[in-house]
Amino acid sequence: MPKLPHIHKVLVIGSGPIVIGQAAEFDYAGAQACLSLKEAGVQVVLVNNNPATIMTDEQVADKVYLEPLTVESVTAIIAKERPDGLLPTLGGQTGLNLAVSLAEAGVLEKYSVQLLGTPLAAIQNGEDRELFKQLMQQIGEPVPESDTVESVESAIEFANAIGYPVIVRPAYTLGGAGGGIAADEASLRKVAAGGIAASPIGQVLIERSVKGWKEIEYEVMRDANDTCIIVCNMENLDPVGIHTGDSIVVAPSQTLTDRQYQMLRSVSTKVIRSLGVVGGCNIQFALDPNSDRYVLIEVNPRVSRSSALASKATGYPIARIAAKLALGYGLDEVLNPITGYTYASFEPALDYIVVKIPRFPFDKFPLADRKLGTQMKATGEVMSIARNLEAGLLKAVRSLEQGCTHLTRPELASWTREELAHSLQEATDIRLFVFAEAIRKGFTESELHNLTGVDPFFLRSLRKIVDLEVELSCHDSKTLTSELLLEAKRRGFADETIASLVGATPAEIKSLRQESGITPSYKIVDTCAAEFDAQTPYYYSDWQGVDEVESLAGRKVLVLGSGPIRIGQGIEFDYCSVHAAKALQASGIAAVVVNNNPETVSTDYETADHLYFEPLHVEDVLHIAEREQVEGVMVQFGGQTAINLAAKLEQAGLKVMGTSLAAIERAEDRELFYTMLRKLDIPHIPGKGVSSLEDATAIAEEIGFPVLMRPSYVIGGQGMVVVHNIDELQATIQDWLNHPNMSMFFPLLVDKYVPGKEAEVDAVCDGQSVIIPGIFQHVERAGIHSGDSVALFPAPHLTDDIKHKIASYTEAIAGEMEAVGLINIQFVIDGETVYVLEVNPRASRTVPITSKVTGIPMVQLAVRAQLGEKLSEMGYGTGLLPEIPFAVVKAPVFSTIKLNGVDPVLGPEMKSTGEVLGLGHSFEEAAGKAFAFKDNLYGDWQKGQLVMISLADGDKQDGVRESIGQMQADGANLAATPGTAEWLKNEGIVVKHIVADEAAWIDLLQEEEAAFALVTATKGNRHGRTGFALRSRMVQQGVPLFSAVDTFELYVKSIMKKRGGSHAASEDIGTLSKLAVTKA
Amino acid sequence: MDRENQSLGTGYLTLESGEVFTGKLYGAPINGFGEVVFHTGMTGYQEVMTDPSFAGQIVTFTYPLIGNYGINEKDYEAAKPALTGMIVSELCMEPSHYESNMTLAQAAEAFGFPILAGIDTRTITKRVRQDGTVFGVISDQPMQVEEVVSLRYKHAKKSLVANVSRQQVERYPGTGEHVVLIDLGMKQSILDALLQQGCRVTVVPFDTSFAQINALAPDGLLFSNGPGDPEHLLAYCSEWRKAVEQYPTLGICLGHQVLALMYGGKTEKLAYGHRGSNHPVKDMMTGKVYMSSQNHGYVVKEESLDKRQLTVSYRNVNDGSVEGLRHVSLPVFSVQFHPEAHPGPSDTSHIFHQFLQSMRVVGAKRYA
Repeated sequence: MPKLPHIHKVLVIGSGPIVIGQAAEFDYAGAQACLSLKEAGVQVVLVNNNPATIMTDEQVADKVYLEPLTVESVTAIIAKERPDGLLPTLGGQTGLNLAVSLAEAGVLEKYSVQLLGTPLAAIQNGEDRELFKQLMQQIGEPVPESDTVESVESAIEFANAIGYPVIVRPAYTLGGAGGGIAADEASLRKVAAGGIAASPIGQVLIERSVKGWKEIEYEVMRDANDTCIIVCNMENLDPVGIHTGDSIVVAPSQTLTDRQYQMLRSVSTKVIRSLGVVGGCNIQFALDPNSDRYVLIEVNPRVSRSSALASKATGYPIARIAAKLALGYGLDEVLNPITGYTYASFEPALDYIVVKIPRFPFDKFPLADRKLGTQMKATGEVMSIARNLEAGLLKAVRSLEQGCTHLTRPELASWTREELAHSLQEATDIRLFVFAEAIRKGFTESELHNLTGVDPFFLRSLRKIVDLEVELSCHDSKTLTSELLLEAKRRGFADETIASLVGATPAEIKSLRQESGITPSYKIVDTCAAEFDAQTPYYYSDWQGVDEVESLAGRKVLVLGSGPIRIGQGIEFDYCSVHAAKALQASGIAAVVVNNNPETVSTDYETADHLYFEPLHVEDVLHIAEREQVEGVMVQFGGQTAINLAAKLEQAGLKVMGTSLAAIERAEDRELFYTMLRKLDIPHIPGKGVSSLEDATAIAEEIGFPVLMRPSYVIGGQGMVVVHNIDELQATIQDWLNHPNMSMFFPLLVDKYVPGKEAEVDAVCDGQSVIIPGIFQHVERAGIHSGDSVALFPAPHLTDDIKHKIASYTEAIAGEMEAVGLINIQFVIDGETVYVLEVNPRASRTVPITSKVTGIPMVQLAVRAQLGEKLSEMGYGTGLLPEIPFAVVKAPVFSTIKLNGVDPVLGPEMKSTGEVLGLGHSFEEAAGKAFAFKDNLYGDWQKGQLVMISLADGDKQDGVRESIGQMQADGANLAATPGTAEWLKNEGIVVKHIVADEAAWIDLLQEEEAAFALVTATKGNRHGRTGFALRSRMVQQGVPLFSAVDTFELYVKSIMKKRGGSHAASEDIGTLSKLAVTKA
Repeated sequence: MDRENQSLGTGYLTLESGEVFTGKLYGAPINGFGEVVFHTGMTGYQEVMTDPSFAGQIVTFTYPLIGNYGINEKDYEAAKPALTGMIVSELCMEPSHYESNMTLAQAAEAFGFPILAGIDTRTITKRVRQDGTVFGVISDQPMQVEEVVSLRYKHAKKSLVANVSRQQVERYPGTGEHVVLIDLGMKQSILDALLQQGCRVTVVPFDTSFAQINALAPDGLLFSNGPGDPEHLLAYCSEWRKAVEQYPTLGICLGHQVLALMYGGKTEKLAYGHRGSNHPVKDMMTGKVYMSSQNHGYVVKEESLDKRQLTVSYRNVNDGSVEGLRHVSLPVFSVQFHPEAHPGPSDTSHIFHQFLQSMRVVGAKRYA
C-alpha cells in the first residue's frame, strides 16, 4: 500500500530527559523516524525538551520545539502547526502517555490530527495490565495468573488455587518494597501480611511466579497489510526475576530448539495481530526450562530500549521502518537500507552473537542498594558483537569501562565460598564477575545453576574462559604457542590479560602476535548472514578468516565515542561525537567512529563512514587505527572515556588531534593546573592533594572550613563532599576508608569551599583565538555539582566586569594551554573575585545547549580548528559573543526514585541522569517550562494545597522567607518540621501542620495531597538522618522535591510570574537561533 | 571434558578451486563430498541434518554456534540424514536442553557423516555466493584439485531422488481425506501436517505409476520436496501429469518444480539457492507477505511457463522469482517454499488448509 495521501505534516513527540529506563535509545529512534518521514516527503514537527539530543537538531525536523511535554504545551504547538498526523510510538513511555492524554483530552479530534501507526486501542490494550490479560485470555494465550487481594486469607485462597511459588507485590510502594516470593502457604502468610502492611492502601497483587524460567524477547513488526516479521529474538542470561533492562542479554536466543523458537515466534505474531499494532512491538516471554510451557510477561506496543538493541544487533533499523509503516507503506514496499535492493519484509539472519551488559550507577552511589530485581537500575548499556559467546562477553566487559579488562574484580579474590554463594543467589551488578570467581574457586556447574537458575549453556561458556586462563597461566612468553595465543584472542582475551596470565608485558604479547601474524579481521553486520551482497560500513572484530573492510580513500580520522550512558557522562557526548563525524565529512575527511553503546545515534551505521562496534579499550582502538591507517584521533568529544585513552594512544604512536596531551595533563592534574593558574595570575580556590587523613586535617585547618573534598581524575564529581569542621572531615574520610568500593580514593583533593555564584563557559579555541558563545550562570550556590544545577543562559546576574573577567581568563587559559578545539571552564564568583574552579579540555554537557540556542555549531568549529583552520576565517566571530535575546534555563532530572538508599539531596556529587531545557522571553517563564517539563510535576500549587517544608538552620534566610510568604499569601497550606515551623512563626508566617517525624509526614500525606516539598540538608548523603528520610519519602510518594533553597526561590518566582500573565506562545528552535545569530 | 577430546583431529575442506580450509573433524571418520551450500537459519540444525533435500550436499551453517541444544527425539525430518557433511564455526560439545539426548557430533558419528568445525563459515558463504555452485570434499587430508573434480563428476551422475525415496508403500490411518503422498525425498513434517489435518495418508515411492495411484483411490495428491536437479525427473513427468489431471494436487519444493515440468515449463539453477528460515514470499492474489522456510537450489523459469495452464501465485519479495503456481482451471497448485516449516516459521501453514479445501470441493462435486 502506498503512503496515506492526506498526511503532509506529522508531529513527533520525543521522550524528554534521560531517566533510568528511558535513555538515549529514543534519541536514536526519534532521529531515525524524523529522517525517515522527511525521506517520504512529509513535513516533520518535533517536540522534545531534551537539548542533548541529535533529534532536536534543526536539520532533523522541519520545526523543532524544545518545549514541555505537557498537554497544555503540545496543544499550543498543534494549534499553531496544524499537523495532519501524530506519531506517538517513538518517544518511549513519555511520548506514548502524552499522546494518549492528548487523545483523551479531545485535542486530536478538535484539530483533526490522526494518530498514525499503532491505534490508541492497541496502545491501551498493551499498556494496561488488566486489559492485556483479558485480551490474552480471549486469544487463548497464557499470562501469569494474578489477583488483587486485601487480606492474608484471600491471598492464600488464591495461591492455593493457582499453585506456588507466588510473587507478592504491594500496591504503591517503591520498587516492590515490602513484597517478595512465597514458596508455600506458611511463607505466604508472612509475606502477604508484610506486603499488606507496607502498602499505603493495604492491597497486594498475588501473581504466579515464573522466577527462574528463561526470559525470551521478540521484536516484532507489523504493517497495515497484516504482514508480520520478527526482527530478532533475544535470550536473557539472567532468568526471569531480574528486569530485562538489568539483565545480560544475548541475541539471537541460544538454548531454544527451532520448534520452541517458532512456537514463540508464532505466538508473537498472533499477539501483535490481536493488538493491531502498526509498527514495532516488543514481546517478552517466560519459558519453562524443563518443558515447552510459556507465559507472556509483557508487551510494549512501541519502539523501546530492546528495539534499539535489536536494531543495532541485526542492522535492521526498526524505528526508521516503523515510521514508514505509520505512513501506510507495506513492509514489502520499503527497501532494506542495508543491502539497498532487498526489502524490509524479511527476517534478519545473524552470523554472529550479540551480548548486551547493563551499566549501573553504583560506582557513583556506593551506598545504594545494589540488589537487582524487578525495578530497573541501570543507566545505560554496552553491546558487543563476536563470533563466539566468550569473545562477546569479554568484549562487553571491556566496554563497560569499570576498570576491568577481564572477568576479574580484585576485591573478589578474598571472598569466601559463602560470600560468593550469597552474591550469586542475591544478584547484584557484579554477578558476572562473581560467577568467574566462583568457577575459579571450584564451584561446580550444578551448584552455580542451583544458586542462580542460569542455563548451563552460559555457565559452560564462563567455564571455558576460566579454563583458558588456567591453560595460559601454565605458560610463559617462551612456551606460549601461537596456536594457544590465537585461541585466546579468538575467545576475546585482551593482550593485557594474556600478558598477566603468562607473566609477560602486553608489549611482549603484541610482538608475539605480530611474529605469528595474528591480527584481527573485521566482519560486516549485514542483516543477512552474507546471503546478499552488502556494503554497510558496520564492522566488528574477529580473529579468523577474511577481513571485509573496504579501505577508505583519502584522509581519515578516528572519532572516539563515549561508551555507555552513566551519571556524569550522558547523551551529550554522543551528540558531540555524531557532530564531529559530520563535521569531518563536511571537510572532506572520512570519519571512522568507535563506540559500543547500542542506544545511540553515533552507532547508527549511517553516521560514520566506517563504524566499529568495539570496546573503547586501548588495544581495541589501536587495532582499528592500524587497520584504517587514520591520520589521527579526536578525543575531545567522547567525554572522559576518550580523554582517558589519549595518553595511551599517543604513546602507541597515534596522533592525538587538537589540544596536546601535555596540555590535557595540565588541566587534569591539580598541581600542574594550579601552577598554570598562578603563572597566569588567575585566582584559584586554595587547596591541595593529600594522601592521608593527617594531611587532610592539616590542610583543612590551614585553608579554613568549610572545605570540599574529592578524589582525583574523576567524572561527575564522584565522592565529593563538603565538610564544615574537623569532626565531619574525619568522619567522612573514615566512612570512605571503611567502604569497600571507596578504597582507592587517595590522593584526595581538599579545597577551600567558597559558597559563591557559579558560572561556566564552553569555548572553541584554535591555538590563538577563542570564541565564547555565552556564559551559563548556575542558580544554586557553589557546592552543588554543575551537572545538578539549574543553569541560566545568558548569565543574567553577572556584571559586565565579571563577564569580562570570565572571558579574559578563558582566553588566557586557552592561550597558555595552546588549546585547539573545545574547552569548558567552571568559575566561582565571590564578590569581585572570579575563581577558576576547573578546566575540562573537552566537550561538556552544555555544548549541545549552547550550540542549539546560539546557532553556533561548536563541535563543527572545534573539528575544523583541530584540522588547522583558524576561527577568524570561520565567520562566527571571536571572543565573547553578544548575548542572545531570549532566556534559556537548563534543569537537571533525577532517577532517584529507582535507586533505594540514595539521598535525593543536591550536593557536590552528581546525581541527575538527564536534563531539560526551558526557553522563554524571561527567565521566570523559561524556568517554569523547565520545572514543569512534563505533566503532574512542579506545576502550580492549588489554593489550600499542602506544601511541606523542612529547612536546615543555614537556610533560614530572607529570600526563602519571602518566597514562602508569597506562596502562603497565594493560598498554599504549609506543613513544617518543628524547628522550621518555629522560625516561620517568628517571621509571621502561619504554619498549618507541624510534623515531628517521618511517620507524621506519612500520615499527613495519606490525608492530603502535597503540591511539593522543600527539604534542605545540613550535610548530604548520611543515612540515618531525618532530612534524608524525609526526602526519600517524598520521592517515593511521588511528591516533587526541592533540596536547595535557590532552586525553590526561582520556582516560586516563575509561578508568581505565570500567575501574573500567561506565558508567551512557544517558538521553534530554528526561529529562535536565527534571532540569536541576527543579534550577533 | 577437554574440547579436543572428541575431535578426530585436524580436518580439511578442499574446494574444486583448490582452496583449502583447515578445521577440526568430528562425527564419522569418513570423507564427505558434495555441493557446498549454506543455510542461514539460526536454529533448526537437526531438521536440516535430516531433510532429504540436502542429499549429496555439504551444508554450511552461517550461524556460528551450532549444537547448543543437542539432538532430540522429536525433530527428525527423516530416519537418517542424506547430507554428506556439515561445516560449522563453533560446534557445541556440551548441549543444554531438557530434551537433548545426544550431541550433534554424536549424531553425526552415528549417522555416518563428518562435521568440520572451527571454520570461518562467513568466508565459505561469500565464496558460494560469488561462485555459485561450489563442489568440495571434507577429509582428514587436503586433497588434490583433480581428485575433487573427479568426485564431482562421479557424484553428478547419481540419481538423488532414487536414493532418498522409499521402496515400499506406507499407510497412515486417518478419518479425513485420503492423500497419496509421492515421496521424492519427503520431510517427516509434511506427513505430520497432513495427519494433523486428519487426513489418511498413503506414502508411495517416487516411481509409482498412474495406474497404481488410481488403484489407491485418493482424494488428492501431494508431491513432496526432494533433492537435486528436477530435470533429472523429466522421464516421470508424463505419467505424473496423468494423475495430476485427475486429482487435486499440491506440490512442495521439488514437487512444485516437477509440476512446472509436467506442464512444459523449465527449471534452472539459482546462483546460490534459497536456504533458510527468513524468505519473504508474496501472495499475488491478496498482496500479503509471509515469512517462509526455504531450501532449494533450482527455480521455475517464469518465461518458460504456459500461461494458459499455470499462473504464478507466489513470488519472492527479494528477487521476484517464482514461489508458487496455480493451475488456471484444475485444483492443482504448488509452492516452492515449505508450508510444513521445521525448521522455520509456520506462517504459510494455510497452504494445507487450501489443499484440504480443494479436495473437499472436488469430492463434493464428484459425489454430488
